[in-house]
Amino acid sequence: MAALAVRGLAKRYGAVEALAGVDLEVREGELVGLLGPNGAGKSTLVKIACGLVRPSRGSAEICGLRAGSREARRSLGYLAELFRFPGWYSADEVLELHQKLSGSAGGAHERHELLELVGLSDATQRRVEEMSKGMQQRLGVAQALVGSPPLLLLDEPTSALDPVGRRTVRVLLEELRRRGTSVLLNSHLLSEIELVCDRVAILLRGRLVAEGSPAELSKPRGVEIETDEGVRLFEGVGREDVPQLVAELVAAGRKVYGVSVLTSTLEDTYLEAVGGESS
Amino acid sequence: MREILVIAGYGLREALRRKVFVVVLLLTAGFLVLFWLGNHFLFQNISGINPPVGIDARAFAGATLFGLAMFGTLFLGVVLAIFLTLGAVRGDAERGLLQPLIVRPVGRITLLAARWLGAVAVCAPYVGLVYLSTMLITGLTGHWWPDHLVVPGVELAAGVALVAAMSLLGSVFLTATANGIAVFMLFGAGLVAGLLGSIGHVLNSHTLERAAKIAAWLLPFEALYQDALRELTAETSGLTGFLLQLGPFGGGYTGGTTLRLWAVAYLLIVGVIAAIGFSRRDL
Repeated sequence: MAALAVRGLAKRYGAVEALAGVDLEVREGELVGLLGPNGAGKSTLVKIACGLVRPSRGSAEICGLRAGSREARRSLGYLAELFRFPGWYSADEVLELHQKLSGSAGGAHERHELLELVGLSDATQRRVEEMSKGMQQRLGVAQALVGSPPLLLLDEPTSALDPVGRRTVRVLLEELRRRGTSVLLNSHLLSEIELVCDRVAILLRGRLVAEGSPAELSKPRGVEIETDEGVRLFEGVGREDVPQLVAELVAAGRKVYGVSVLTSTLEDTYLEAVGGESS
Repeated sequence: MREILVIAGYGLREALRRKVFVVVLLLTAGFLVLFWLGNHFLFQNISGINPPVGIDARAFAGATLFGLAMFGTLFLGVVLAIFLTLGAVRGDAERGLLQPLIVRPVGRITLLAARWLGAVAVCAPYVGLVYLSTMLITGLTGHWWPDHLVVPGVELAAGVALVAAMSLLGSVFLTATANGIAVFMLFGAGLVAGLLGSIGHVLNSHTLERAAKIAAWLLPFEALYQDALRELTAETSGLTGFLLQLGPFGGGYTGGTTLRLWAVAYLLIVGVIAAIGFSRRDL
């Protein structure tokens, strides 16, 4: 059973069509990255999955349960793009509140473990209002993990983080994959998505325009071979052609010093899919 | 039920931490000191006053002063109720405070009910405490006590609880600022309607009285306040009772059990509209 199954999902805000019939699945234990320019419908999709927004058409299911139902919400953890915790709460109190609301019996041990996981074990008693934005965002990630939900919906979890914070979240995502947690990661950081996600979906104007693993989405761009005559680019060939190319060059008396198989990056694929659109 | 208590506790903590609570407490302390001074000097000089025949000066002064205290108590209670609830839904959603709570397995109706209970848990004891304090000040200083001791206080607290529900309903549809302004304007409109009703009674204007009655049914918090005022001197008869009824703190003419039942029904109606509005709201 899919952790998240979205079929024909559409949402209209007045005259604006935020989603125009999207089909998407996040399988059990899978880490899926959701990409797209601003206004593509990424946050709307995540919000429908959480039950914060009602779809105009189509369906969304969490672990086989109707998205938005109380049972479905028991199975997910969510980090909103724009969120805030009451300033007077300490990190530990925020997690305790969410433990109570989610019915988690993890107690102090779970809270300690989660804060350690996001690198906040030294700030357990620090009030939210005394935390930097990055610390609050990491606390938000910890909050989403309360009760060990089988599905995590993370909307821009690293937007306020510095490189070290981003790395912490990346390590955390890898740990979640190891634990078998399904994750839908909505992010603008292509490198991040490329590094951690099993699959990528690209949305544009409410429609899914590309989907696949980062490797599938990356297209071959040729082979670059460094010889005693300099670097030569062989276009239209791939990894399987390398032995023959090297053999031909050696047979022609060239000295081969290095070979690079060129593929397009996720960034190239993304830019091609969205046609340079940024908002 | 557990979730209701958790969120009500969250609201209570919010109330206690907010500066508005400290401000209201300081205002209350100032109000009580001034009220005591007023009582002290008035009752000190009351023996020197020669009222017209048939007027009990002590009862007249006591009821008027305590009526004034009831107005002050209602106003402070309403300020507190509005500030605790004005941004509970849309305001908190715009600030990003609501979403992390809503995605938990807590129903939206549960959240609304809990926020209302949290506000009432602060406002009702507060109103009760100020009511009791002012009653003790007037009673101990001027040796005058209301004809009914408990019911007026309960009605005052119920009026504030109704305002909290109205403010919560407004928070579903309006931004915090717009909601605050709207509820305060309704509160003011209710008070003006009540005063117009009193004037209409004195002038024997049926039109004004009818308008006040309609306002009382539309805004039952005001009718509850007027009924509480009426209860203060319900047993006071003669010229004193008649004159008290003519004054600004004389009480309303719409009251009794029907009003109390309507107030409960009104609360339910407000709750149902808020629940439907909230359940259909995209966050």
